[in-house]
Amino acid sequence: MMRNRLGYYIKEGFTGIFKHGFMSFATICVITACLIIMGTFALLAINIQAIISNLESQNQIVAYIDENLPDNEAAGIENEIRRIENISTVRFVTREEAFSNFLAKYENNSLFSDLDASVLKDRYVITLKDIADMEMTRDQLISIPGIVKVNAHLEISKGFVTLRNIAGLVSIALVLMLLLVSVFIMANTIKLATFSRREEIAIMKIVGATNWFIRFPFILQGMMLGIAGSMFAYLIEWGLYYLVAGRLAVSNTFSFITLVPFDMITLPLLISFGVLGLLVGVFGSTSAIKNYLYI
Amino acid sequence: MISMYEVYKSYENGTSAIRGINLTIEDGEFAFLVGPSGSGKTTIIKMITGEVYPTSGVVSVNGFDLSRIKRRQTPKLRRTLGVIFQDFRLIDKKTVYENVAFAMYVLGKSNKEIKQRVPYVLQLVGLESRMSCLPAELSGGEQQRVAIARALVNNPQVIIADEPTGNIDPARSLEIMMLLEKINELGTTVLVVTHERELVNRFSKRVIAIDAGRLISDGMGGYYEYDEE
Repeated sequence: MMRNRLGYYIKEGFTGIFKHGFMSFATICVITACLIIMGTFALLAINIQAIISNLESQNQIVAYIDENLPDNEAAGIENEIRRIENISTVRFVTREEAFSNFLAKYENNSLFSDLDASVLKDRYVITLKDIADMEMTRDQLISIPGIVKVNAHLEISKGFVTLRNIAGLVSIALVLMLLLVSVFIMANTIKLATFSRREEIAIMKIVGATNWFIRFPFILQGMMLGIAGSMFAYLIEWGLYYLVAGRLAVSNTFSFITLVPFDMITLPLLISFGVLGLLVGVFGSTSAIKNYLYI
Repeated sequence: MISMYEVYKSYENGTSAIRGINLTIEDGEFAFLVGPSGSGKTTIIKMITGEVYPTSGVVSVNGFDLSRIKRRQTPKLRRTLGVIFQDFRLIDKKTVYENVAFAMYVLGKSNKEIKQRVPYVLQLVGLESRMSCLPAELSGGEQQRVAIARALVNNPQVIIADEPTGNIDPARSLEIMMLLEKINELGTTVLVVTHERELVNRFSKRVIAIDAGRLISDGMGGYYEYDEE
């Protein structure tokens, strides 16, 4: 009996999609469109965050070493620096290397041509894990014996942190708003699709069907439509992303923007779309038939 | 068996639809329920099928006490009934066979049972050659016969026909009524709600007449004397 019912649910779920082809098509289209809009915003937010993080990582701290320190002791400071939790990378730069970099920067300026490398100090060029804690890390660096001065662009780091926070909040707010709007639109489309079948539900009730017997095929159908919509949305999003990434790569104006590789976001995007499509399908169909069940 | 004792029904808008009805329809009976529009016929049918509940009094249908029935028991009650409507209420995207088989699927019957029972019932109503047609391809009389087959397929104790001939021509109406009479002869209780005086008077059956929510006459082999006009 159970197996027969399960077979019935699956058959009804599938045939319902094709028998009400236009409404199914409309539902899939709406789910796809809503997920694309929401997904595009989410991807935009992810890339803005990645660009900010990338810019943050270029904001380096330079720690100058006491020039009277013997070479072996100067090299030993590196271990002390690495012990600080917020340190991401540390690179030792000799005064000669720093000098040649300096000259390369001012190649055509004769003012610096007779300068000597001895005017500069050996230094460590440091990048941080989180620039929000730059001030604290700077203080920790200064306290290390052998470091005489630390150059940290605190104002720039504060600017980045503010930008990152604002971008994060705006992205979350927009994605949440779009999510709510999308769920509302998708659930209503499923409701509309179910409205055309209210007579069928009334007949089921009068021949003695239980509410769950009526619900199951509709839920199954909602799930299938939701999954189909989310798969289409994923494929279109994938195509659009590659298109935009390709255009940016060959663009002269926007060549400085590198998008997060799609491979890195494939799984989260696929899971998000799948889960969202599924949930909207299930809740949309459940709430849609609720009103017709109580007769 | 259907029994009503001192049944009253008032709707939330204040309409008093049924006012103290006492009525018993025994197993195997054939009865007509007649009365003008707004007399309370539909409310009685809805109370029997568990769509509305009495405000007071006792309604008992096939062993279910409708004044105490729990919502989850309503499907069980409905499985003992076969309901036929004026507008047929067939699923237009299902074939004749599927429309009838559907009522058996609802009860979780096996495919084997369904394959045996549905053709038998369709043969009983004279539609064995129209099994794969869609409702839209059938005449009104044929559509009503599909509805009768659907009502009959689960072997209900009672068949309730709500204006079953309201949408079909007189010749087909007589056929439908004769089919219901045949079903009654096979042992099923039949309650027919109708306006059609001539049709009622052609059959020598019990006629229950109500007006303004009250029982005004109830007689075996009765004559439908009430004229709506």
